[in-house]
Amino acid sequence: MKDFINAYSWINIHYLLQGLWITVAVSVVSILGSYVLGSILGIIRYVNIKIVSPIVGLFIDIIRNLPLLLIIFFTYFGLPNLGFRPSSVWATILAMTVFESTMIAEIVRSGIAAVDPGQMEGARANGLSYGQAMYHIVLPQAMKKMIPALVSQFISLIKDTSLATIIVLPDLMHNAQIVYGQNSTYILPMFLMIAIMYFIVCYALSLLSRSLDRRMS
Amino acid sequence: MIAIFHNYGSLLLQGFGQTLLCSIIALVFSLIIGSMFAIFETTPIKFLRVIARIYIEVFRNIPLLVITMFFFVVIPMFVAKINGFTAGTIGLTIYTSAFIAETVRSGINSVDPGQMEGARANGLSWWQSMRYIVLPQAFRYVIPPLGNQFINLVKNSSVLAFVAGFDLMYQGNVIASDSLNTMSTYICIGILYLIITLPLSYWMRYLEKKLA
Repeated sequence: MKDFINAYSWINIHYLLQGLWITVAVSVVSILGSYVLGSILGIIRYVNIKIVSPIVGLFIDIIRNLPLLLIIFFTYFGLPNLGFRPSSVWATILAMTVFESTMIAEIVRSGIAAVDPGQMEGARANGLSYGQAMYHIVLPQAMKKMIPALVSQFISLIKDTSLATIIVLPDLMHNAQIVYGQNSTYILPMFLMIAIMYFIVCYALSLLSRSLDRRMS
Repeated sequence: MIAIFHNYGSLLLQGFGQTLLCSIIALVFSLIIGSMFAIFETTPIKFLRVIARIYIEVFRNIPLLVITMFFFVVIPMFVAKINGFTAGTIGLTIYTSAFIAETVRSGINSVDPGQMEGARANGLSWWQSMRYIVLPQAFRYVIPPLGNQFINLVKNSSVLAFVAGFDLMYQGNVIASDSLNTMSTYICIGILYLIITLPLSYWMRYLEKKLA
């Protein structure tokens, strides 16, 4: 019990919260980037442009099927071979944006495919161009179907940020390791605390996605 | 790249084997545990439903790395010393089983409730109807999502690198720091992961289309 009280001193908790802030900030920047990039990739894959779409498709399939940890290593330790040396924060953001955007591309593609093709045909028959029909008619409906999947992707991204500990990103996991590295009686309290912190953030998001899902349908 | 395969072939092969071994062990156990909790969630007994809900929500919302490091760092302090491979496999099993439970549960729910009622009306017990009528139908729906979970499992097994599990990722780091050719090493490691995951992912997409 005394271990817990000592471990949860304000200075330690404050340090963990700093880590949580890095975790959340890096995740938010990466998810925003990957929503944009992922939507573009997903739409390119859906509309079947000659030559471009198969290449984009192959790129998506390859990146999606690699471990995120490998991509993080590649950006942080591999890219310097080409003379590009990102800091650990930017390496994490870059790696996660590329990885997540391929995940989101698949969600966007299947979301668009799930919209009744009659919607597109009807819009085209009413005189809208393909781009207009896509933007005003098909995408808003696809968006509704995609929201739960997009939020759960965001949740997994927040959890995956912990992997960047290995390239010394000062995130929640890393800061906890620093704290319990100083005093071995802090190990159990620190693990419980970071588990609770991750849980609160991720569970709150999953509740949000559920309530959004209910309101939409 | 060819030089990497040539010089470090045995290390790569060893890592590949460990990754595959750990993924298969974790898959088998997480299928058992996951299906158990999925069945708990659909039982009429409220206590079991609550237990299953808590298990699923807790382990789905905590990073795999935290769970794995917990087994690698905390458990040896209080219980017994376990090596990195075991800690990683236990962590992977627990994490994946929560996702599999969710998948199997949605499969069970997608089976028409009339099947259960019909089976019960024909005199089967709840467990018999579950075992012989509902689960076989549910598993047909969940094969593609389960396949995707297995792909995730293979990818996630890279956390073994954190706990010295001698998997592909770990050997990749060893080779990268030995050969100093980080870029080609990671590309080789990537190719080896893709050998497992890419065919599976195309197969699952084919199955999804066939079942739809």
